[in-house]
Amino acid sequence: MAKHAFDVVVVGTGPGGYVAAIRCAQLGLSVAAVEDDRPGGVCLNWGCIPTKALLRNAEVLGLVNRAADFGIRVSGVEPDWAQAIQRSRRVADGRAKGVEFLFRKNKITLFPGRGTLAARHVVEVAGAGGSETLEARAVILATGSEPRSLPGVPIDEQTVISSNGAVRDERLPRSLVIIGAGAVGVEFADVFAAYGVSVTLLEALPRILPIEDEDCSKEVARAFRRRGIEMKTGVKVASVAPGGPGAVVETDQGRLEAERVLMAVGRAAKVQGLGLEALGVQVERGFVRVSPRMETSVPGIYAIGDMAGAPLLAHKAMAEAVVAAEAIAGRDPHPVDYANVPSCTYCRPQVASIGLTEARARENGRDVTVGRFPFTASGKAVALGEPEGFVKVVADKTTGEILGAHVVGHEATEIIHEFAVGRTLEATLDEIVRTIHAHPTMSEAALEAALAALGQAIHL
Amino acid sequence: MAVTKVVMPKLSEAMESGKIIKWLKQEGDRVAGGDILAEVETDKADVEMEAFGGGVLRKILVSAGEKAPVGTLIAVIAETGEDISTVLATAGAGAGAGSGAQTTPPRPEPAPAPVAAPVVPAVGVAPMPRAGRVKASPLARKIAAQAGVDLRLLQGSGPGGRIVRRDVEAARTGAAAAPALVPAAPGVEFEDVPLSPMRAAIAKRMPLAKAPVPHFYVTSEVAMDRAWELREELNRLEGQPKISLNDLVVRACALALLRHPGVNASLQGEAIRVFHRVHMGIAVALDEGLITPVLRDCHARSLAQIAVESRDLAERARARKLRAQELSGATFSISNLGMYDVAEFSAIINPPEGAILAVGSVRQVPVVTDAGLGVGRRMALTLSCDHRVMDGAMGARFLQDVKRLLEEPLRLLV
Repeated sequence: MAKHAFDVVVVGTGPGGYVAAIRCAQLGLSVAAVEDDRPGGVCLNWGCIPTKALLRNAEVLGLVNRAADFGIRVSGVEPDWAQAIQRSRRVADGRAKGVEFLFRKNKITLFPGRGTLAARHVVEVAGAGGSETLEARAVILATGSEPRSLPGVPIDEQTVISSNGAVRDERLPRSLVIIGAGAVGVEFADVFAAYGVSVTLLEALPRILPIEDEDCSKEVARAFRRRGIEMKTGVKVASVAPGGPGAVVETDQGRLEAERVLMAVGRAAKVQGLGLEALGVQVERGFVRVSPRMETSVPGIYAIGDMAGAPLLAHKAMAEAVVAAEAIAGRDPHPVDYANVPSCTYCRPQVASIGLTEARARENGRDVTVGRFPFTASGKAVALGEPEGFVKVVADKTTGEILGAHVVGHEATEIIHEFAVGRTLEATLDEIVRTIHAHPTMSEAALEAALAALGQAIHL
Repeated sequence: MAVTKVVMPKLSEAMESGKIIKWLKQEGDRVAGGDILAEVETDKADVEMEAFGGGVLRKILVSAGEKAPVGTLIAVIAETGEDISTVLATAGAGAGAGSGAQTTPPRPEPAPAPVAAPVVPAVGVAPMPRAGRVKASPLARKIAAQAGVDLRLLQGSGPGGRIVRRDVEAARTGAAAAPALVPAAPGVEFEDVPLSPMRAAIAKRMPLAKAPVPHFYVTSEVAMDRAWELREELNRLEGQPKISLNDLVVRACALALLRHPGVNASLQGEAIRVFHRVHMGIAVALDEGLITPVLRDCHARSLAQIAVESRDLAERARARKLRAQELSGATFSISNLGMYDVAEFSAIINPPEGAILAVGSVRQVPVVTDAGLGVGRRMALTLSCDHRVMDGAMGARFLQDVKRLLEEPLRLLV
């Protein structure tokens, strides 16, 4: 059993862990990274990146299927799901290798194996070739999260699958019930429906994408309905059992049968088996409690990313990673502004948002003004053949403060950052309006929505 | 042959802009280095601005009555025939760009040995906003405008000291929390008196002086009977300047500081700068606020010199006629409220100084003597110390020495 000493040991190499490791190395600290899977975590291997590859396949397929709209006759279209999965794996593999390269470049030592805290400054790594003991001034925990299921419904990744299984399985089911219509459920509904699978999307809350602005949910639901995706909202799932073509789902609104069931009800932080209890690291509602500097209740032990609490998003983990690394290096990092984390869903049309929904802003007692600009009025969107969606800005009536922004449409996830930067700089509607937006672009809709909020929209 | 750019000098630590009261030289006048070019009104005082190069005053860019941020080009001195067009061309662009790049910005500070750098800056907290322009977010500006908060008075907590929404909101709630204690005139609940430039400077600097500096206080009572007698005796001498009680305290402190350099010290980032010379700040109350002119090299001055010079400083402070170098660079300060029948009080340290002495009234009190009960003159001294620089015992030893010097006042004369 070998012993090694480092300034920092990072446990987990997802978007939180690998960014923390690199930032620590940049700040002159010696860093070890511990990973029991491939570097890159869920994001690069099973989540963000491979699903974006599959969604792009769905988008291309969608375009081919409506090529006639562009005056292009296409025949003999043969979508091949196995190849879609293979492309997605190649993309993910390349990204994971990229992380390994970045580790070498930054002289970060990778210890393959499962890391547990043996003491405040000691991480034991149980790897294939035996165990190693790593000592460090500071430990950053970044073990992430895993798909949750409903009580009494085991995920076997055969009939009842999670997102992990969905991005791997080269067999395409004929029918699929997706339980949960958050970002994950909605994205897979889009992909599988594009490949001809009969998809039923179930949501316990009254609408799909329930945390987004109501207008966004409606817009996506309308698009999904047109594409034949069945949606049941406000529905309670009683049980999932083998039967029929594969599985039988009993709900308070009747019985559903499908070849497969995709469980997309959320994710649970991986906080078990790390040795947290023995050291007294406080865990609250399933997440590790952290300070604004990302330090846990035990000095010298930091936690970032999904395990440190909502929102469970890769970019929030990366932001926390930088804070933790800089705190350890003795800098005075700016804490993460959790009110300003963009949220993105990559279905068609895409949904992106930041800040408060209109309803929440009104609940908060703000005197709001709302500006909306539909992409049907955008020259660029119509020329692209992507007129679905809108930009909606929720602002404070007296100051013009941008309380929230909500975008549905083609590349909405790129458009949202104008509002993210604006909110960081405390820009108001006036600054958005005074900024010249290039014509023709999708982003012009942001300008027009801001103008609309001031009652000055030009193109409406 | 050189072109001398005359920029708005930074005449005090808090100064961000200055107003030209009047030009004492006109365009075309020949000036020599050291000539007084103009009178400048700062937030604290009216000061005379000297020329730092000789030649002809070729161009005045900021006329009398106008304000300009620190570092702005306000005039150009050059020989006749010298081309000054390029200098003038940069005038607009150079505004507020920091005087460091300009030719010979006034640096009246004599470098305190052994460190060469001037004593001027280094309030150990967030830097002052740059000259002229207030860095604030658009949202902060709007909320401030609606709430009537003056952004110039706020310290920004955003990146680089930028004022953001929370700063304005904190200022707004802070202002609302202050109780109105003054009984109102009938029908009028309150009156908002606009801040004078001096009041604004004090309002801005005091939180920076108090909050970030951990103060502790040491108080001692001094038997002033002999000092009182000595002063009366000195003041009966013909042809000698009148000595005040404060002059005795100033002299005692100057001597004691030489023996206790740890109190004559200042926290400068990672080091404590210990001064081997005593530049004494002497607080002077004005109608609209407070100003602390500096009596330089106080340790090397006799009691008579101290008396004459401190009176001169105080008179010119009240007339707002102090020179720039008389407004900054103190290594220690004294605040005396003795004339207001104050038993004792404690003062706020003026960073980057490490300590300040608060002087109360000399009061006649019953004292126990060998003969029984008698009447004695007593004065309370309270030393406020920056705990980052010194500890209680150090402050106490210094105060003991001051007390001894005042109780054996002949020591002040030798």
